[in-house]
Amino acid sequence: MADIKHLEDLVTQVRRDILRMVHKVNSGHPGGSLGCAEFFVALYNELMERNESFEMDGIGEDLFFLSNGHISPVYYSVLARVGYFPVDELNTFRLINSRLQGHPTTHEGLPGVRIASGSLGQGMSVALGAAQAKKLNNDNHLVYSLHGDGELQEGQNWEAIMYAAGNKVDNIISTIDLNGQQIDGSTDTVLPMGSIKGKFEAFGWDVLEIKDGNNVEAILNGMSEAKSRTGKGKPVCVLLHTVMGNGVDFMMHTHAWHGKAPNDEQLEIGLAQNAETLGDY
Amino acid sequence: MKTYTNTGNKDTRSGFGAGLTELGKTNENVVALCADLIGSLKMDAFKANHPERFFQVGIAEANMMGLAAGMTIGGKIPFTGTFANFSTGRVYDQIRQSIAYSDKNVKICASHAGITLGEDGATHQILEDIGLMKMLPGMTVINTCDFNQTKAATLAIADHHGPVYLRFGRPKVANFTPENQTFEIGKAVKLTEGNDVTIVATGHLVWEALEAAKALNDKGISAEVINIHTIKPLDDKAIIDSVKKTGCIVTAEEHNYLGGLGESVSRVLSQHLPTPQEFVATRDTFGESGTPAQLLEKYGLNSAAIIKAAQTVTKRK
Repeated sequence: MADIKHLEDLVTQVRRDILRMVHKVNSGHPGGSLGCAEFFVALYNELMERNESFEMDGIGEDLFFLSNGHISPVYYSVLARVGYFPVDELNTFRLINSRLQGHPTTHEGLPGVRIASGSLGQGMSVALGAAQAKKLNNDNHLVYSLHGDGELQEGQNWEAIMYAAGNKVDNIISTIDLNGQQIDGSTDTVLPMGSIKGKFEAFGWDVLEIKDGNNVEAILNGMSEAKSRTGKGKPVCVLLHTVMGNGVDFMMHTHAWHGKAPNDEQLEIGLAQNAETLGDY
Repeated sequence: MKTYTNTGNKDTRSGFGAGLTELGKTNENVVALCADLIGSLKMDAFKANHPERFFQVGIAEANMMGLAAGMTIGGKIPFTGTFANFSTGRVYDQIRQSIAYSDKNVKICASHAGITLGEDGATHQILEDIGLMKMLPGMTVINTCDFNQTKAATLAIADHHGPVYLRFGRPKVANFTPENQTFEIGKAVKLTEGNDVTIVATGHLVWEALEAAKALNDKGISAEVINIHTIKPLDDKAIIDSVKKTGCIVTAEEHNYLGGLGESVSRVLSQHLPTPQEFVATRDTFGESGTPAQLLEKYGLNSAAIIKAAQTVTKRK
């Protein structure tokens, strides 16, 4: 059984990492990062079968692809906290000569990252390719991917979504971060997308929802159910309902903190709401 | 001067198909993806021989590039196949981020490049692809001249780690390079020795350059013809060494003179050995419908155009 208290402590620590990283360089994307902290912690600590060392080919282990690369702070924090690289390296986020680029990349050789992302809408295709390579290699591990909801406005996603079902790529679990926000406002005001569930189902995916995507237990239960639905001829989509900016009260339920860093005072307020648990970097 | 024999017209895309068919048998990591153009790209045999390693992606080139990038994770060597226009301009950002910046071992194989695509017209005749692809850091750019060389290049790029753009075409053209040749990426091939003018050509215009050299020889101008099959990395030394002898150069390509081989040659020469140069290339224009021969003539890309450019540039020395 998962140690929920430990995972929740880790989530709190990851939130502190996110806030401190973007504050230090006065840039980066805290809102979406905070909203997905529970998901990343659950994924990397409980759900994925991972090798300790990092190999680009990832044979014999589960893989994860982040499509909405701007939430790199949460990705970097969790990769460091599970041991892919030293936690102290979070100090270098977005600084010159860093492996922790503004958006994730393989270019500087950061362990844990297998594809560059940032220009939106490309990650699902990549994840599907990796999933098909796993099938060719008779490797029955899974491929996970994460996508923003606003990101689904990019057309390439729908090419990939159509392809996945048509080719029965059933060793993938693609999660959509449904926070309902994008840079210019709510997704409903910027470009209403209708029923995302209905769209995925119409394209032939098996879709399930995690209504409380900021609850570790709910994520573990929902993702375990998703895993049980793989290998049955359909790609699996998880609609993860999250709150942007979760865990920092003034950042919640708004797109205002999509790509804005807190000032000194705001940082202190945010950190006060998330006590140090496992130790700051 | 050395002369070359056309062993029979063949299309360069069939050279790609023949190379891919052979790779299917010799390299089990090679996989092929196609966006609804199997027949045009001559990928039928690979598909028939290795259905499990062939991926029909439909008319969805952006997805194809991403899939290919993903398949490299797991050790596959993906060859994507579609027309040059849809292999580059349509999917530039996918190639840039998911393949080039991510250093993925994808081979982007592009047929129907240039104006000799013919009757389909300008929507399909990309004349900007060499420029687009050579600007991407880490991308190798190859434009082969005939069937035999295209087959050899297809085999060679499977053994080269890193992203490659392989450009070839639709029409049947002279097949004159050796069968079963060894293809060295980045190594220019000197076809004729000459003292008066260097002609560097790529793709379909290499044969046109040889035809021009024969005619120039009859007019008392000795031309050194170099086949630049690899535009990036460019064989700087081969160009500089030749120009040291001849003192002037003509570049010939089925591409816009903005961003093509000619500009790459100008960059090298302006840094190392400023030299009079004439460009046989399209002049910042779109193409149009017509037969390949008509289009090469109208847009100044045939042997007659090369002869004229050589005569002009020798007077500028």
